[in-house]
Amino acid sequence: MAVEYKATQLLTEKPRHYCPGCGHGIIHRLVAEAIEELDVHGDVVGISPVGCSVFANNYFNFDMVNALHGRAPAVGTGIKRAKPDSLVFTYQGDGDLASIGAAEVVHAAMRGEKISTVFVNNAIYGMTGGQMAPTTLVGQKTTTSPNGRDADWCGSPIRICEMLSTLEGTYYVERVALDSPGHINQAKKAIKKAFQYQMEGKGYCLVEVLSTCPTNWSMSPVESMDWLKENMIPYYPLGVFKDKGAE
Amino acid sequence: MAKKLMKGSEAIAEAAIRNGCRFFFGYPITPQTEIPEYFSERMFEEDVNGCFLQAESEVSAINMVYGAATTGVRAMTSSSSPGISLKQEGISSLCAAELPCVIVNVMRGGPGIGSIQAGQGDYYQAVKGGGHGDYHLIVFAPSSVQEAIDCMGKAFDLADKYRTPAMICADGIIAQMMEPVELPEIRDYKVDPAKKPWAATGYDCKNPVGQRADVTSLYVETEELDVLHERLQGTYKVIEANEVQYEAYNMEKAEIVVTAFGTVARIAKSVIDELEGQGIHVGMLRPITLWPFPYEAVHKAATQPGVKAVLDVEMNAGQMLDDVKIAINGAQKIEFLGHCGSHLPTVEEIKAKILAMKEGM
Repeated sequence: MAVEYKATQLLTEKPRHYCPGCGHGIIHRLVAEAIEELDVHGDVVGISPVGCSVFANNYFNFDMVNALHGRAPAVGTGIKRAKPDSLVFTYQGDGDLASIGAAEVVHAAMRGEKISTVFVNNAIYGMTGGQMAPTTLVGQKTTTSPNGRDADWCGSPIRICEMLSTLEGTYYVERVALDSPGHINQAKKAIKKAFQYQMEGKGYCLVEVLSTCPTNWSMSPVESMDWLKENMIPYYPLGVFKDKGAE
Repeated sequence: MAKKLMKGSEAIAEAAIRNGCRFFFGYPITPQTEIPEYFSERMFEEDVNGCFLQAESEVSAINMVYGAATTGVRAMTSSSSPGISLKQEGISSLCAAELPCVIVNVMRGGPGIGSIQAGQGDYYQAVKGGGHGDYHLIVFAPSSVQEAIDCMGKAFDLADKYRTPAMICADGIIAQMMEPVELPEIRDYKVDPAKKPWAATGYDCKNPVGQRADVTSLYVETEELDVLHERLQGTYKVIEANEVQYEAYNMEKAEIVVTAFGTVARIAKSVIDELEGQGIHVGMLRPITLWPFPYEAVHKAATQPGVKAVLDVEMNAGQMLDDVKIAINGAQKIEFLGHCGSHLPTVEEIKAKILAMKEGM
């Protein structure tokens, strides 16, 4: 049988606004394909964040709700409680989830809220133009850490997967990356697994995707992939941090 | 139906349930904690089968309401003044996303952490904004437990009708006192996708029926934001034309008209009744909706033949007084009696003020 490459109908044809080399386009496709393969596309609510993916409402072709900065897990909680049979996921960046929305994600995880989170970590605030995020690496230059992040002054980056996997309520937590085709395939498997667990009524699932921001990292798309591999993966190790379904 | 003795906070919660609200998200804060406590039990009873969830913060609670409201169900939260301040980002967003819901503010003394007794200092916050941007809430100010029950029904109905959040501004006294009340029959609320085509009720792009939900408060282009504002301001005009509620009391031979809302209006009513017995005719114009404000009714009352002055009484520094002045527009003399924080104006001081005004006429 010939393998046919087709665009998924779960993404609209609206032109994307993302910069060249940005990971959001890839991650959107992985999310859409995972939902399509699970055949639950008629009853999905995606929650877009504040940040570069604030426009995700325009790109996903199912019910979409935009949340205030960091509040997606609370909004997702309200939706899931009202529609317990729907697939509900939040799509959040690192500024959104790990900074202003830290309380919301921790408590959604603590409650074992039956929603899934796709957490896109590119170690910087993208939409506002490259400021320091809680996930910015020590020494990394941003517009609010022009001399590089100083660990003495503003601490060391937060590892969300490691932190959330300590909570009883989390069911499945995995960190993946976009730096190679193999890793991208693994990212899709992880996202699909998180959605599958949700449809089985399991607890909170989060997939962290290490991604790139060539524009705000001041690099070419290719350089940014190398930077991710050489700098982010050593600090944010890939792998499964928790999988209650595999225990 | 037989009357039942009920505490205000519990009556507010029960009235919400009876009007089809099955989703409550809240956080403890005095003096409204009995509302979440009541829901935490009642929502799980067989005839209700709803959802109570204690959020990690006021901010999360209002965003959970936002989430539930996107699916079209009737959802609410309650809090007290400092907690309502925390909810403002969500309230502004609910207005921009045109999502119906109900927010109860059991007002206490402010600013800051303030006191835990009754207050009326959140009038500006409720009526003039509170959150950012050009928006309005439909705001009810009940002055009895029964009226709080009645307002809950209207709040849910109008929120759905106009796709906007509605707020009940009660105060610590309304929430804490017990009164005999009559409750409406319990009813279910089923989401009808035909009536709420904007709601996230499921959309299959491979077999599309209806529209895909796209709930947002983001309108990046000026032109797009203009379209939203045109729609919102249009809705506000319709609400202003149709939904004003007030009570005119003892106005027939009134020489002085008192304007007041909530618990303070109730105290003023005692004074009016007492003075009427002594042949001193004082009327009252009491807004039940703080927004839309009864501008015409206040103007008419203040300029009615025989009326010589208006006395505005509030438990704040004179916040509603601004709207009373706008309504009267210089056509009548206005005096003010009020205290800030939780300092309740007494029958004696209102009476003394009216008698002094009468003497000066």
